[in-house]
Amino acid sequence: MSILINKDTKVICQGITGSVGEFHTRGCLEYGTQMVGGVTPGKGGQSVADLPVFDTVEEAVKQTGADATMIFVPPPFAADAILEAIAAKIPVICAITEGIPVLDMVRVYKASKEAGVVLVGPNCPGVITAEECKIGIMPGYIHQKGKVGIMSRSGTLTYEAVWQTSSLGLGQTTCVGLGGDPIVGTSFIDVLQMFQEDDETEAIMMIGEIGGTAEEEAAAYVKENITKPVAAFIAGKTAPPGKRMGHAGAIISGGKGTADEKMAALEAAGIEVAQSPGDLGTAMKRAIDKA
Amino acid sequence: MKIHEYQGKQLFSRFGVNVLENRVASTPDQAKQAFEDLGGSVAVVKAQIHAGGRGKGTFIEDPSQRGVLLVKSAQEAQSAAQAMLGNRLVTIQTGPEGKKVNQIIVEAGCDIDRELYLGIVLDRAVQKPVVMCSQEGGVEIEKVAHETPEKIFKEHFDPAQGIESYQIRALCKKLGITGKSVFAADKFIKALCRLYVDTDCSLMEINPLVITKAGQLVALDAKINFDSNALYRHKDIVEMRDLSEEEDSEVKAADSGLSYVKLEGNIGCLVNGAGLAMSTMDIIKLHGGEPANFLDVGGGANAQQVTEAFRIILSDKNVKAVLVNIFGGIMKCSTIAEAIVTAAKSVGFDVPLVVRLEGTEVEQGRKILEDSDVDLITATDLTDAAEKVVATLIS
Repeated sequence: MSILINKDTKVICQGITGSVGEFHTRGCLEYGTQMVGGVTPGKGGQSVADLPVFDTVEEAVKQTGADATMIFVPPPFAADAILEAIAAKIPVICAITEGIPVLDMVRVYKASKEAGVVLVGPNCPGVITAEECKIGIMPGYIHQKGKVGIMSRSGTLTYEAVWQTSSLGLGQTTCVGLGGDPIVGTSFIDVLQMFQEDDETEAIMMIGEIGGTAEEEAAAYVKENITKPVAAFIAGKTAPPGKRMGHAGAIISGGKGTADEKMAALEAAGIEVAQSPGDLGTAMKRAIDKA
Repeated sequence: MKIHEYQGKQLFSRFGVNVLENRVASTPDQAKQAFEDLGGSVAVVKAQIHAGGRGKGTFIEDPSQRGVLLVKSAQEAQSAAQAMLGNRLVTIQTGPEGKKVNQIIVEAGCDIDRELYLGIVLDRAVQKPVVMCSQEGGVEIEKVAHETPEKIFKEHFDPAQGIESYQIRALCKKLGITGKSVFAADKFIKALCRLYVDTDCSLMEINPLVITKAGQLVALDAKINFDSNALYRHKDIVEMRDLSEEEDSEVKAADSGLSYVKLEGNIGCLVNGAGLAMSTMDIIKLHGGEPANFLDVGGGANAQQVTEAFRIILSDKNVKAVLVNIFGGIMKCSTIAEAIVTAAKSVGFDVPLVVRLEGTEVEQGRKILEDSDVDLITATDLTDAAEKVVATLIS
C-alpha cells in the first residue's frame, strides 16, 4: 500500500502546454508515473510529450480515466482550474501553483470538502509514492522505497527530510507536500489519519513552520489517535515576528504561531522533535528506536 | 501590503464606513490650514507611518513629543506638525531606529462615549475570515487576546455571503451596544466585511472604534493590510503603496523575484525554498552564529537572479560570511554553481563563502565550482555547512 497515489494512478496535468507544466510532465513520466494527458482551455487536440491535450477536465477524465491531476495554472486562473477538477470529481488534486489569493482559496477549500475530493496544496511540491508515482516537482531520485511517511508545509525542506531518511536507509512510503499558504486543502491531521491506516507506513515525519496553529492541532491529534512513532521539525525559530518569510502562510502575527510554541506542543504530545534541520533523519530514527 | 491610516480612511469612506473629517498635510503650513478648514475648536494631529502604537510612541529628535496630539488652535496644529514632520517616530512596532514621518493628518474631534476594538482577519483554523470585537478599545489587543481571551468576541463569515445581521446583533449584545446603535453597527460592520472581501484584505483593524454620545459608530483609526497575491486585480490599491516605508533591499529583491528579509546578524544566507531558508537561519543560530537575512531565490531562479541575490546580501555591511544552501529540485545545482562563478566575477566576494549543494545535477555543480578559481569552502551537509560558516568568523 501507500497513501493517495500508487503505480496504478492515472494522472493528467492542467496547464500542460505551459513551459513549467510540460517540463514537470516529462519529469513525472521519467519517474514512471502514468501520465495520461493534459488540459489547457483552447488547446484541445494538440499533444505535449506525446500525450493528448484536452479543452476541459471533464473531457480528459472521460477519455483517459484519470484519477489524479497536477495543476500548474498561473495564479489568476488557478482557483478556477482547481474548481474545474473538483467539479469533475477527480479524487486527488495536487495544486502546485504559488500565489493564489487567499480569499479564492476560501471558496476552493469549501468546494473541495463538499465534493469529498482530496486537494493537496496549493503552493506545494506535490505528492510522491517512492518508486511508484510522482505527481509534482520534487527530484524523484532522492526517494527510496521504505517505511517513513513524510508530510510537510515546505518544499525543499521536504527534500532534506527525504534525503536524510534515505541516507539512513529508512526510506519513504509516501511524501505529501501540504503547501506553504494560509489555507491548504489537506492538513497534517488528514494525512496523519491516512498514514495511521496505511500498513506500509511504520513511522511518520512531520515538517512544520511558523504561522497558524496547524502543528498544535496535529500534536493534539497525534496524542489521541496515532500509535506509530512520530518525529517533527519546525522551521523558523529565528524568524522575526510580523514578517512574511517567503511563504504566504509563514508569518508570526500578534505574537502567535511561533516555532517555540509549536515545538512545545509537539513535545508535550510525545513527538520526537528535531532541534536542528540537520537532524531530521536521526530524530526519526530515535523515534523508531524508542517505539 | 500595508497602507497609511489616511488611505485606509479614504477606503472606509468609499465603502460607507463612518470616519471623522480629516486633511492630510506634509508641511506645518498645510496643518495650520487644515485646522482652519475643519472649523472646529479641537483637532487631533496624527503622524502617518506604517506602524501601530503611535500615541505612545516618541520621537528620536524630541523624546517628549508623541505621535498623536490633541490641538486646540491652528497654531498648535502647526507646531505639532513642525515637531513631527521629517523626524523619526519610535513605537513598539518600529524598532529602535523608528520611522520617518513624511505626512500627518489633522482630524476633527468627536464626543466619545465608549471605545471598542474591531478587527477582521483570516482564521486559518476555520478557513474563513473572522470579525473580532472587544470592549477593551484603545489598548494593545494582543495583550487582551493573550491574557483574557474570553473578552474577545468572534463571528466568522463566508466571503461570498458576507456577514449576517443576526451575527452582528450577537456581537452587539456581548459588547453592550443597544438601541439605535445596533442599526448603526449593522451598517458599519457589513460595510467593513464588504471592503475586506472586495479589496482582498489580509487584515483590518480599528482600534479604537468609538461610539459617540449621539450613538454613532466611528472608525477613529484604520489599519489595513492587503493580500500581496491578490494585488494583480487591484490596481487602485497598488497605487497606494508607499515605498519609503519599506526596506530598500527588500523592495529591490522583490523586483527581482526574490524573497528577502533583512535581519540583524552577520552571516548572509542564499537558499532555495522558504522552509529551507528559514531552517538555514535556524541552524546558523544553533551553531552559535547570527543570520543576516532570510533569502529564498525561489524554485526556478536563473543566473541573473542569483547574481542579484549575492549583490543584495553583500550590500548589507554587517555581512562577514555567506552561506549558500541549495537543495536542487526544479533548480539544478549546475545552474546555481554557474551563477556563483558569474556572481563572484561581477560582484566580487570579500568575505568567506561556504557552499552546500545537494539534489538535481549535484555532481556537475560541484565540478563547475572545483574547476573555477572562485575561493570557497564546500560543505557536505547542512550541519557541516553551518559549522564551517560559523568557524570562518572565529578564525
